[in-house]
This record gives sequence, C-alpha cells and structure tokens, in this order.
Amino acid sequence: MNYLNETIDSLNKKLASGEITADQLAKDTVANIKDTDKKLNAWITVDEDAKPAENLDFAKNKLAGIPIAIKDNIVTNGMKTTAASHILDNFMPMYDATVISKLKKAQFTLVGKTNMDEFAMGSSTEHSYFGATHNPWNLDKVPGGSSGGSAAAVAGGQVVAALGSDTGGSIRQPAAFNGIFGIKPTYGRVSRWGLIAFGSSLDQIGVMSKRVKDSAEVLNVIAGSDDHDSTMSTREVPDFTKFLGQDVKGLRVAVPKEYMDAVDGKMRELIQKQIDLLKDAGAIINEVSLPHTKYVVPTYYIIASSEASSNLQRYDGIRYGYRAKDTKNLLDVYVKSRSEGFGTEVKRRIMLGSFALSAGSYDKFFRQAAKVRTLICQDFDKIFAENDVILGPTTTEPAFGIGEEVSDPIKMYNNDILTISANLAGIPAASVPAGLVDGMPFGLQIMAKRFDEGNVFKTADFIERSNKFYEKTPTGMED
Amino acid sequence: MNFKSTIGLEVHFELKTKSKIFSPSPVTYGAKPNTETNVIDWAMPGVLPMVNKNVYRLGIMVALATHAHILPTTHFDRKNYFYPDNPKAYQITQFFQPLARDGYIEVEVHGKKKRIGIHEMHIEEDAGKNTHGTNGFSYVDLNRQGVPLLEVVSEPDMEDPEEAYAYLEKLRKIVQFTGASDVKMEEGSMRVDTNISIRPAGQKELGTKVEMKNLNSFDHVRRSLAYEEKRQQQVLLSGGHVQLSTRRFDEATGKTVLERVKEGASDYRYFPEPDIAPDHISQEWIDEIAKELPKSPFDRYDDYVNKFGLKPYDANVLLQTKESSDFFDAAVAAGADPTMAANWMNTQVNGYLNDNRVSLADVKLTPEHLAAMIKLIKDGTISSKIAKKVFAETIANGTDPKKYVEDKGMVQLSDLSVLEPMVTKVVDDNPQSVEDFKNGKDRAIGYLVGQIMKQTRGKANPKVVNKLLNKELASR
Amino acid sequence: MKITEDTVKHVATLSRLEFSDSEIGEFTEQMGNIINMASQLQAVDTEGVEETVQVVDRDTVFREDKPEHWQDREELMENVPEKANGFIKVPVIIEKDDNE
Repeated sequence: MNYLNETIDSLNKKLASGEITADQLAKDTVANIKDTDKKLNAWITVDEDAKPAENLDFAKNKLAGIPIAIKDNIVTNGMKTTAASHILDNFMPMYDATVISKLKKAQFTLVGKTNMDEFAMGSSTEHSYFGATHNPWNLDKVPGGSSGGSAAAVAGGQVVAALGSDTGGSIRQPAAFNGIFGIKPTYGRVSRWGLIAFGSSLDQIGVMSKRVKDSAEVLNVIAGSDDHDSTMSTREVPDFTKFLGQDVKGLRVAVPKEYMDAVDGKMRELIQKQIDLLKDAGAIINEVSLPHTKYVVPTYYIIASSEASSNLQRYDGIRYGYRAKDTKNLLDVYVKSRSEGFGTEVKRRIMLGSFALSAGSYDKFFRQAAKVRTLICQDFDKIFAENDVILGPTTTEPAFGIGEEVSDPIKMYNNDILTISANLAGIPAASVPAGLVDGMPFGLQIMAKRFDEGNVFKTADFIERSNKFYEKTPTGMED
Repeated sequence: MNFKSTIGLEVHFELKTKSKIFSPSPVTYGAKPNTETNVIDWAMPGVLPMVNKNVYRLGIMVALATHAHILPTTHFDRKNYFYPDNPKAYQITQFFQPLARDGYIEVEVHGKKKRIGIHEMHIEEDAGKNTHGTNGFSYVDLNRQGVPLLEVVSEPDMEDPEEAYAYLEKLRKIVQFTGASDVKMEEGSMRVDTNISIRPAGQKELGTKVEMKNLNSFDHVRRSLAYEEKRQQQVLLSGGHVQLSTRRFDEATGKTVLERVKEGASDYRYFPEPDIAPDHISQEWIDEIAKELPKSPFDRYDDYVNKFGLKPYDANVLLQTKESSDFFDAAVAAGADPTMAANWMNTQVNGYLNDNRVSLADVKLTPEHLAAMIKLIKDGTISSKIAKKVFAETIANGTDPKKYVEDKGMVQLSDLSVLEPMVTKVVDDNPQSVEDFKNGKDRAIGYLVGQIMKQTRGKANPKVVNKLLNKELASR
Repeated sequence: MKITEDTVKHVATLSRLEFSDSEIGEFTEQMGNIINMASQLQAVDTEGVEETVQVVDRDTVFREDKPEHWQDREELMENVPEKANGFIKVPVIIEKDDNE
C-alpha cells in the first residue's frame, strides 16, 4: 500500500470501517517500503515484523495503528539505531527516546528507521554509511538532508508521516526538496532525550508529512515537557490542529530582503507568488532586514561543530559501537575506531569544532560566535515585535544532483544560510511546498517567534489550501 | 640564599548524596562492578544529564561554612578528555561560573593566626574506576561515574608545609561538620592535590609550579611538600631550573618522583554545557540552607568549654568527629549531665569503639541510652561500677539501661531503714576498727565499707554507707 | 589566522583521529578556508554583548535526590565489544594523557 494520496484521517477511516486491519496495514506498508526502497534507499532498518499496538480503538484514537517512520538518530529500544554511521552500525539501544515512548503510547505503528547524513551532518543524505537516498521527484537528485530518508519516505508514499531532526535545516531543507511539509518546533518544545546529539543547543526533533494537518497531529503527541531534558519548556502545549483552516486576514508577514536576495529568477517569482496569495487574502506584508544574515553561516558552523566535537567523543570503541581490530594499546583503540568509524564529513566537523574550542582559539571563535548569536537573536526579536511570521525561500536552490556538491564544504555550508538562523534563535520554522522549479519542488519557509508554532501552522495551512501542491505526484515514483 | 615557597591546594570531597549528580543511579560502595549504573552513566547515545538538587545544597553548605561568596548564577561546563573511566569523554564541571568564590579559613601555625584564601569551589562529577590487569588489559567499572564531587581550590597563600597541613586539617573539620562529606582520605571521599613553587626571597614573580596528585594522607602532603622545597632549592642553587611537571610521592623513600613534564597548559577545550540550563541560586534558598547548617566545630567548642564547663582537652576529643559531637549533643539534649556524658564518651564509648574497630553508627547504644544511664548514676540508683556492666550490655545489645537495671535487680541499696541496722551491727562486731578509727587510721572505714558491700552483694550505695559509718563511728 | 599542518595534526590528536599525509594536506586547506570564513566574525562589533550558549525558557531545573534503578547490568553490557566478569575490558592504560 502506498500513501501518496493518504492522510491520517483517510487511513483512520479505512481502519475504523474495517476496510483494512491495523495488522494488514502494517504488513502492506512494509511490503511497499521493501518494493519502492529499491529506488529510494530511504531506510536503514525496516521492521519486517512491525506490529500495531494492542487494544486499538479507531473511533477514540485516530492515530491508532498509523504507521510512522523514525529518523535513525532517535533511539528505539530493541531496534537498531545507527545515526547512519559505521561507528554505531551495530548499536542496539536499551531505552526509548521520549518521542518514541509518546508515539507508542499514542499507538502509532513504528515500521523502521530512515536514512540520513551521518550524525545528521550534511544536507544531502549522501554522507550515510548505508548509501545515498534518492529524491522521489528525480532519482538522480539528492533528497536533501540530513533527514533525507524521512523526507523521501513521506514524499515517495512509503509512510504518511515521519520524525526528523533539525540542527540547521535538516527537516526544512529536505521537506523543500521533496515537496512536503516539515516543521522544526521551538527549541525546548520537544524532548531531546534519546535524540543522538549533534549540536545540543540547536538540535530539535520535528515532523515531516505530505499534509500540514498530519504534522500538527503528530506534533500534538510528541511535544510537551519531560523531566529527562532540562532544556525543555514546561509551557502548556496547544492543540496545533486548531490553527488550521483559519483566516489570514490581518496576519503580519515580514519578508527579509536578505532572504529574497538569496534567490533569483523563477525561484524568487514562485516565493513572491505565495506572498501575494497571503496579501490577497488580507495579510499585511512588511519588507524587513535581518542585518546579521551574512554572519549566520560561520556563527552556526563554529557553534554546531564545537558542540558536535564534544558530543561525538563518546564514540570511542570502549562501551558500544565499532571497535577497530588489531589494536596494540588504548590510544590505538581510540584513534583507529574513530578514524575507521566516522565518515569524512563528520571528521571534518569534529576537527573544526576541536579547533574552535582549543586553547588560543576559544575567545576568537567560540566566544565570538556565541556573541554574534546574541545579535542574530536580537534581529529576530525586533522583527517579531511587529510581525507574526517571517517568510522567504527555504533553500537557495532546488535539489541538486547526487555527487554534485559533496567535494566543496564551503559551498555546502553556504547553502544552509536560510535555515540555520532559526536554530541559532531557537524559533519554530517550517517549510511548505511553494511549487515546482524546473520540475523539482521548491519550498517556502515560515518562521515565528518562540513557542508560536500556531502561526506557522496557520500560514502553512493557508498556503497548502491555496496552491494545492499536494495534488502533484512525485515524478520519480511513476513506473 | 633564602627562598620563599608558594603552596596551593586542590581538595576534592565526595558529597554525601543518595543518588548521582546527573543520573538517579544510587551512590553505594562495594557493589558489584557496573551494577549501580544506567544509560546516563554509560553515556549511551541520546542521553542527557539531570541535575541533583542535593548536590547544590551540600555544596552551598560548605560555601557558607568557609565564608565564600555564592554566585547568583552558575553554569556547568564540559572538560574534554579521553579516558576509559570517562564515558562521555568530557567531565561536566563548573569552569566559568563556579558555585562560589573568595572564601577563606583561618589556621594557627607556629603560634600565629593566618587567613588562607579559597579561590573558588565548584561541583562536578567523579569518573569511574579502572583496574589494571597484569595481562595487558584494564577493566572499567562505572559505578563511581557520576558520584558528586566538590572541588575546593585554595589561593596560593601557604608558605610552608605546616601551613598546608593546618589548612587541610581545618578544611576537613569544617567540611565534616557540615555533614556534606565523609572526608575520609582512605576511602577516597577526600582527595588532595598540591602544587608548590619556590623563588628567591625578594623576587616578585612566582617560580615554576610542580604538582603532586592523589596524596594518601595529610602526613604525605606535608612530607612531600617539605621534600619538594628542598629539592627545588637544590635545583636552583646548582644553577638549574625547575620543570613544570607532575610528581608523585614515594612513601618508601620519602622522595618525590617525576611522573611527567608538562609542556604548556592542558587543552581541555572547556565550553558551557548546552544540555543544562543555567542555575539561579536565590538568596532565599541560601538562607534556608544556612538555617539547616549544622553548628560548626568552633561554635561547638565554645559551648562545650564555656557553657558546659568541659576541659578543653575533653571538648577536643568529642570534636574529633561530627558523629561523636552529635552523639554527645543528643545525650545532653536528652538530659545527661555534660561533664559525665563527656567522660563516658571519651573513655568507655571510645574504648569500646577502638577495641571493636567499629564506629558510633555501628553500635546499638543511643544518646538516649547514655543519658538514661547517667541519670541512674546521678540519682544514686546504680553505682559507677554497676554502670559499667549496664553499659557493656547496652552498647552490645541495645538493652534499655533502666529496664536492665530493674530486671537484673541491680538497683543500688540506699534505703536508710535497711542500711542503718547493718552499719550498727558491723561496728558492734568490729571493735578493733573503732579503735583504729579513733587513732586516725582511715583505712579502718574502708574495711567496714567492704563488709557492708559483701553483705549486700555490692548493691549498697557506697556514699550512703560511708556517711552512716562516719556518723556511727564518731558517736562511739 | 593561518592553519598549518601542525595545527591540523594537533587538533587531530585532541580529537583522537588520524589522517594520511594526503588527507592532512586536504584538511589543512579546507580548514584554512573554513577558518578564513569564520574569521569574518571578527569584524562584528560585540563589545558588551552577552554570549548566547543556549536558548531556553527555563532555568534551575533540578531533580530530587531519589535513587532509582533503571537498567540491569546485562542490558547495559550487551553492546560492549569486550567484557569480562561484569567489567568493560580495554587494552592496558599506560598513563592518563591529559597533556597535548
């Protein structure tokens, strides 16, 4: 069974009416994944014996028995979790991430773990120990990353929704590349307990789905305070579906010129068209400036890499994961396990981070980046004092070809310029499909102030209703 | 040439909590390897630290007891280094914004009082334990991983080994009496690192530092520092220079041995721990903790000597441990005469503990027992001799002294209507003693007391008997 | 700031990573470029600006001092590459290397 034209509601109807049983749905889902993944390689682990929870009541719980995909950097008790790295390729967790416990409690059916860039470092899902994932719109193109497996699985109709993680755009960029919706909630909205850390002050788990409403449904389940994560907010979580179907009249929309200037031609036109849709519906459009935009890339790469260099030190071959063979002494175990276990991009970031934190560099790089981060946050505060949302393109270009950009890290890093600010500022941000550019999807990014996912959903839902992008089928999935 | 020494001390205390600093794993000793651990202690992928409130509470107690300034906002930091007993390959500590700064303690050395500064103190996690095998392998046990530590860093204010020794003694006593730590060097709940440099008198800038880690006792601290002073002087006098290095104290030879030379500072890549939000320490909380803070050993000494009238020696013996001082205080609070309680504590109780190699916590004697027993002595119910028997029973089996005395019929005979006829009879029966008494031979009365004791099988109250005999003899 | 091969080697030692000579050369160039880009930050006036190391809306998050048993040793040991008698087994530790 494929989900190209399904939603949580449509599946629930089928389950409730008895048209299909939850067991059969799980089986069909796995069968379809196994079939279509020959094209996509979106999964690292598929649970062939995936079973729905017990005591399902489809009338009371519409999420009951709905299959869902999990990015492979979220730990699942008893299901291999690798972060797409050789160094963890045999790692079997003995506990569940908080989001997993919550999904299980809500009776979702977990069908497996999706491909990603190793340790979520990358924006193409080419940096995976398990091979590259392919874009369902064009199999020669990347699905983006790092949550490229989750994005391709959703866009390719393998599941209706998937969890991803976003440290610098890792949900929004692949969502944009695959023509789906993806939201990175406010930092502190979703527990990071059980998320394999990359940049701890930036990482956030979020949701990807074809339809905006399905992400709202899943976020309702996974959001909320957790004693295991002391950076979590204790604020009450609203029902995000209540922001859907609303009027956008009077919505104050900021459009930063730095973001619009980052793209041109057809892409700029397409984004402008979405803004015009809002304007026509009565939204107030304000052109604004985010003056520190040119500094976000270095700021982000120093902070994210510094945190990563420390977070990834635990992969040392001692307690779990890959341990190199033929080691003579302890230093050998460390150096060989890590050098053989990590891929090039991960090593590059560890090196950059260790450098930025090392004696003599700390003040100049880490501390200065932390200060510039403050200025970047202040840019946003100023705009949100007078606006409800910030709009712009999610990426500087649509999906690129597999193998095209890997060799030039600077170019790759600069591509993240539009998404990483939201992580630095901890604000919620989403990408919703704007349309096609030369046959490939292109995304509109929507940001709001901290804990105001409501306005993100409201705006995204309006765009979805207006451009009806969901009616399109990914061209790469046609036989 | 004259030299001046500059000594600084870094002291780690294990804080007495039930669970670890960043995980709820129990803190226990002697458990099987890796049984007191969980996913956090193992640094499994995806775990996050959860801060134990009690660690702050105990740390604040020590800060208060050493007059340190508690920072209103603290933050944890990561200290990065690889080692098998350090599972995250970083230690969570407080580097940039520690718990407290600028404390001090006062010591008395060579008859002079001196204030020694505390630069800062911070809370952090302990590492696991490695056991080195002889077969080319080491074995890692993570039970100790995450046990809370308080590190107290002194100012380099000490100028000779005696001052360092006095500082350690005083610091240990202060920390011990807060109840925050067991402060036992032999069990590792107190650990001392030292650093020392020397410079020619008159020279302003400090000499090159030598560090010594994991010293086993205060005596080793003193001896190793004294050795280093001499060694460094000889190096300088022979035209050499002291190397920035870590040395180890060799107990057998009394010398220090070079462990490794340091080239520049270690590169621990400290940065703020992003997984833990800042901690605001409110004045209200500090005030609350100050109220709970047990009385300091110095205030207790004052009470013992000036309020209770104990001899300074006895007061000091009681104050050797918080346990004995607490026990004594509780006995006094339960109504015991302070002087008698102190005597019993410092002789019988300590004697028992030493003979049996146990601590107060291990015996069944309670402060209430001790107070009850002292009351029985004081009101004449039992004699001191009987009391020793009662004590032996109570400390061994926890038997209530009053009940024991009653059950065993040990109550002292003080009844005049019984004793008076006995006294009259014994004097009648021993005219020779009357004669001796009249001739001023005191020994005579002793003999007569012995006769009465024999007849009453030791139960007669010797004081009463003495009094009656004196009266009776004088009347003859 | 110039990144030299020695810098890269030093950072590799800190990170417990090793690279071939050709990789060192490549990394030196790439890191040089990245650090060059990062050096743009020096141009930003941050006089008197506080650092942002995390964006949280809560502080002073404490857990009560209650011991709990979460996992059995057997579960935790399952992924250990080499173990013996409940210990994690590692090649002999020569000395604590905290001095690079």
